[in-house]
Amino acid sequence: MKICVLVKEVPDAAVEKRIDPSTGRMDRSGEKNLNPYDTHAIEAAMQLREGGAIEVDEIVAVTMGPESAVRALHKAVSLGADRSIHLTDSSLAGSDVAATGYALARALTKESPDLVLLGQQSDDGECYTIGAVVADHLQMPSLTQVIKMDVEDDALRCERQAEYGYDTVQVELPAVISVGDAINEPRYPSLKAIMGAKKKPLDTVSATDVGIDPALVGTDGSRVVCGDFHAPPAKATGQIIEDEDTTETVAKVVAWLDERKLI
Amino acid sequence: MADVLVYVLHYEGAFNKNSLGAVSEGAARAAEVGGSCHAVVVGGEDLTIELCRTLGGYGATKVFRAGGPEGLAQPVVDVMANVIDEHGHRYALFGGGLLGFEIGAGLAARRQAGVTMEVTAVRAEGGELVAERPILGDSQISVSRYRGELGIIIGRINAFEIRSAPGSDLAEVVDVEVDYSPWSNRAKMVTRGEQRGADVDIEGADILVAGGRGLGKAEGFELMERLAKAFGGNTAVAATRAVVDAGWYPYAAQIGQTGKTVSPKLYLAAGISGAIQHKVGMQGSENIVAINKDANAPIFEFADLGVVGDLNKIVPKLIDAIQAKKDS
Repeated sequence: MKICVLVKEVPDAAVEKRIDPSTGRMDRSGEKNLNPYDTHAIEAAMQLREGGAIEVDEIVAVTMGPESAVRALHKAVSLGADRSIHLTDSSLAGSDVAATGYALARALTKESPDLVLLGQQSDDGECYTIGAVVADHLQMPSLTQVIKMDVEDDALRCERQAEYGYDTVQVELPAVISVGDAINEPRYPSLKAIMGAKKKPLDTVSATDVGIDPALVGTDGSRVVCGDFHAPPAKATGQIIEDEDTTETVAKVVAWLDERKLI
Repeated sequence: MADVLVYVLHYEGAFNKNSLGAVSEGAARAAEVGGSCHAVVVGGEDLTIELCRTLGGYGATKVFRAGGPEGLAQPVVDVMANVIDEHGHRYALFGGGLLGFEIGAGLAARRQAGVTMEVTAVRAEGGELVAERPILGDSQISVSRYRGELGIIIGRINAFEIRSAPGSDLAEVVDVEVDYSPWSNRAKMVTRGEQRGADVDIEGADILVAGGRGLGKAEGFELMERLAKAFGGNTAVAATRAVVDAGWYPYAAQIGQTGKTVSPKLYLAAGISGAIQHKVGMQGSENIVAINKDANAPIFEFADLGVVGDLNKIVPKLIDAIQAKKDS
C-alpha cells in the first residue's frame, strides 16, 4: 500500500512568532523546521512498514508551501519517506484551513494513497482540523488524535482519547488518520539519511498540475477573513523565582503559600 | 435571517456541558442578528423526545434529531449538511471538544465554508457574527469574519457559559432522515468512553498537585503523591494528557481538553509546560504555582508563582518544608 504523510514547515519553536501587521498573516521569516507533530506521523508510517502486518510499498511526504518548505520535505525523507511532493503556487498564499485542506486533497488525489497520515496539529497555527477537511474532500473515513493504530484486515483499529474516555474505532482503508504525539517516539535520522535526503525524488507541482480551482484557494478563495489583531486583556504577571539555592527557593514558596493560607 | 445551528454532543442520555454552553451562546447571539438558535443531535435511543426538548431551556427553539452512530464526526457532518441545505442556517456553532473540531472541519470542506476553532468569544457586528480566537500561545487575539453562505465557529473548552433561557419553552423536536455518505459508514465505534486506570476524584479537591511529562517517568508520581500528602486535607493528584496517554497515571485524574476542568484554591503544576489544551482545564484555579526547568514554558505566562528549576531537587525539599511548617 501507499502511505502519504502530510507535513508542514513551521517556525522553529525557539523563534518568537508574530503576525505581520501589513498582511495579517503569520510572519514566517526566521528559522524554520519540520512541524514536530508531523515527525510522529512519519514514524507511524515507518512502524507500519516495519511491522509487517501490511505491505507498505511507498511512503510519500506531501507539503504545501513556499520554496523554503522543501527543507521540511528533506527532513521528512531523512526520517524515512521514499520521495516527496511539493505543492507550491503563488495562488495558494493566504489560504485558510478549509482552502489549504482542499488544495492538499487535490494533490493527494493524484497519488491515490491507501492511507494519509498527519500530525495532530501544527506547531504554529495551532490548528487541529486539516485532516478532517482533507478526508471529506477525498471521501475517506477519518479520525484525529489517534494514539494507537493496529492493522486488522483492510482496516485500522485506532485508539484515541475523546470527551468521555478512550474510544476504539475501526477505520476501513483508504483513510485519513491524524496521530497524537503519544503514538510513538520518533527516531532520529541517521547522518547518512540526512546526507541522502536531497537525492531522493522530489516532485514540485503547481495548483494547475493537480487541478485546483483557483476560486477556492488563496486569500480570495478563503471564507474566513482574519484581522483586528490585538493583545488580550493584560493579566498581572506572576512572580518568578530562579532556583539557585533550593533551600532558599523552597522557603520563598512556602512563605508565598502561607501568605495565602494554602498550607 | 441568520439562524444558528448548534451541534449538541451527548453520552449515555446526558448532554455535554460544552455543548449546552454553545446552545446558550448560539441563542444569545442569534437573537442579536435576528435569527433563531436550533440544535442538532445524532445518536441512538437515549435521545428521547423528552431529553431533546429540554434544549429549549437553554434557548434552542428547534432540535433536529437523527438516528445514527455516536462519537464519530463524519455522520454528524452528513446530518448537519442535510439540515443546513434544507433550512439555510447562516452559522454552525460547536462547544469545545475533539468531536466539534472534526465535525466543524468536515462541514467546512463539505460546504466550502470558513471555519475558526478555539474561539473564546462570539460577537454580533453589523448583522453578522464575528469570532475571536486567541493565537500565538494566547498572546494575540485574532478576529474572524465570514464570507459565503455559512460560517463555522468552534469554541474552546469552557468558552461558552451555560445559561437558562428566560421564558423559553420546550423545544420542538424535528426528526430528520439522512442517507449517510459511504465513507461515514466506513468507520465503526468498537468501544467508547473506556476509563483507564483507577477511578479517582479530583474535581472536589481544594488543592491539586499536578504532574506532567517533566516528571520523567511514571515513578515521578510517587513524588506528587507525597507532596499531596504533605499538604494534607482535601488535596489530590492530577495529571496531563501526555502522561495519562503514556499510562503513568489514571485518566480520571486528567486535566484539560479531553479531561476534567477544575478550579481549586491551589493548583501546583510540576513538569507541566502549559499547552493550551491543559490550560483550558485549570486556568480558573485561584492560585497557580508552576515548577518547570524550562524558563520559556508557556505555563509561566499564567502562573501566579513560577519556579524555574529542577523539580526533582525542589519538590522533595518542598515536601519537607511544608511538613515542617505544619508541625511548627
